[in-house]
Amino acid sequence: MAVTVRVGRATLSGLAYVGGLARLGGRAAYFTFIGPFRGRALRLERAVHQAMAVGVEALPILSLITFFIGVILALQGAYELRKFGALHYVSSAVAISMTRELGPLMTAIVVIGRSGSAFAAEIGTMKVTEEIDALQTMALDPIQFLVTPKFLAMFVMLPCLTTWADLMGILGGALFGVTNAGFTFTGYLRATLDALYLRDISSGLIKSIMFGMTITAVGCHEGFSVGAGAEEVGRSTTAAVVMSIFLVIAVDLVFTALFYFLSPK
Amino acid sequence: MIEDAKINDAIIAVLDLRVRYGEREVLHGINFDVRRYETLVILGGSGSGKSTLLRTLVGLEKPSAGEIWVKGKNIAQIPLGEMDEIRKKLGMSFQGGALFGSLTVGENVALPLREHTQLEDSTIQIIVRLKLEQVGLAGFEEYMPSQLSGGMKKRAAVARAMAMDPEILCFDEPSAGLDPIIAAGIDNLIVKLKKAFRMTIVVVTHELASAFLIADRMVLIDKGNIMAIGTPEELRASAHPRVRQFLDRVPEPEVTEELDYLQMLTEERPPRRS
Ligand SMILES: Nc1ncnc2c1ncn2[C@@H]1O[C@H](COP(=O)(O)OP(=O)(O)O)[C@@H](O)[C@H]1O
Ligand SMILES: [Mg+2]
Repeated sequence: MAVTVRVGRATLSGLAYVGGLARLGGRAAYFTFIGPFRGRALRLERAVHQAMAVGVEALPILSLITFFIGVILALQGAYELRKFGALHYVSSAVAISMTRELGPLMTAIVVIGRSGSAFAAEIGTMKVTEEIDALQTMALDPIQFLVTPKFLAMFVMLPCLTTWADLMGILGGALFGVTNAGFTFTGYLRATLDALYLRDISSGLIKSIMFGMTITAVGCHEGFSVGAGAEEVGRSTTAAVVMSIFLVIAVDLVFTALFYFLSPK
Repeated sequence: MIEDAKINDAIIAVLDLRVRYGEREVLHGINFDVRRYETLVILGGSGSGKSTLLRTLVGLEKPSAGEIWVKGKNIAQIPLGEMDEIRKKLGMSFQGGALFGSLTVGENVALPLREHTQLEDSTIQIIVRLKLEQVGLAGFEEYMPSQLSGGMKKRAAVARAMAMDPEILCFDEPSAGLDPIIAAGIDNLIVKLKKAFRMTIVVVTHELASAFLIADRMVLIDKGNIMAIGTPEELRASAHPRVRQFLDRVPEPEVTEELDYLQMLTEERPPRRS
């Protein structure tokens, strides 16, 4: 009895949380697509500023991580493949797992750590210092002013970063392929291109957009949920990271399943 | 009809206002008005609900009951769009300044102008310089808020609140957290603004000295209720025991506080006396 009550309560609060995220996303979408036609200017320069912080500044660390992931994938793949004497399949194993799964996912993880937490900290701090209230008393909508540019930046930058991550992963795989599997560098790349379908790349990019929206919504939502105390900013930052990772994996599961059942056999 | 007359005479009229945070009611039926071009000081001990009252006046908190008429509109009822129109002519200076940390002082002051007017950038620059001069911060345009001292932050916040030439200017604890000399400087600034501009000014404070210095009229508030309303002279002459206690800075006797506390703990059943 108590268990069912607790499960029910947890489910309800979970649904309420997702509802909160959806409301935030909906308001941001309103200010992106409808607001400009009602005399509410879209803040492109703020979005560009965010895009620099989210995207360009993440490139070094993302490159390094996804290059390593590429090498690791090749090593793990080769471990199994060489048993069947199919070592030359290592290029397609790396290419497909990178573009369909690990490129988008690792990008999301890096962006959660760098930007999702920063969104929560920024908005949470502004809440504590009454800057959010100040925006409102100046007749500026905090969502339009702070959240919409972040959604826009993430919407554009996540697919870009993911494409870059795919490329770095494939280069990581090539390092192994050239040194241990008898490929030439151009041969490895050609084998990769032969193995990939457009839908491998596009499904990864669609997922990355969904990840970006999830991370932005969670980061901003956690920021706005900060009450009066400065110590709550720390809590909200941690919550933003944990919640984003969980929801990104959940979204990943849903979309991966969707692509699996929708793809041609 | 009488009420209509009252609303028209006053720029802000508060009728039976109640505000609650969750279950807890913080303001228990407040009635007062703010007359055009006067400086009204809301005075009270900390935790008495002053900030809540001011935040409700500018539409940051929703009243749970009652009416707030600002320039003939009941802001407890109007849609957000109309509230924003009122807010453009309403300046608010927050307790900690609430300057945007990512913008320079000049950009902070320029922000409402950039967002709400079609003015040329060069015009905006001139207005910004003017506003900063008025608060004694000429030449600080390029500073970041974090580079300013507490008193300077408050001045910059006042400049930002005045950017749109507001009809009503609100201050939450303008001198709290500042040393006496800087605090006196802020009080003088408010007096100066009051003389120089035709503005209605509402100041929330717990500092007696600054309240008596700047007020045309005062509202004394205690635990969410209005204790007294009147000119500084009227309040000084008041014989109301709680008013006297507050003005003469008599500390609450510890014993009553403890009894209050006990009573609070055992709300429904008062402690049995032997
Ligand atoms: N956001 C809030 N949530 C819950 N309670 C609050 C909130 N803000 C203020 N309070 C409570 O309301 C009462 C009045 O607070 P406030 O208006 O800030 O008083 P003052 O400004 O006079 O010191 C206090 O007891 C405070 O604890
Ligand atoms: Mg206060």
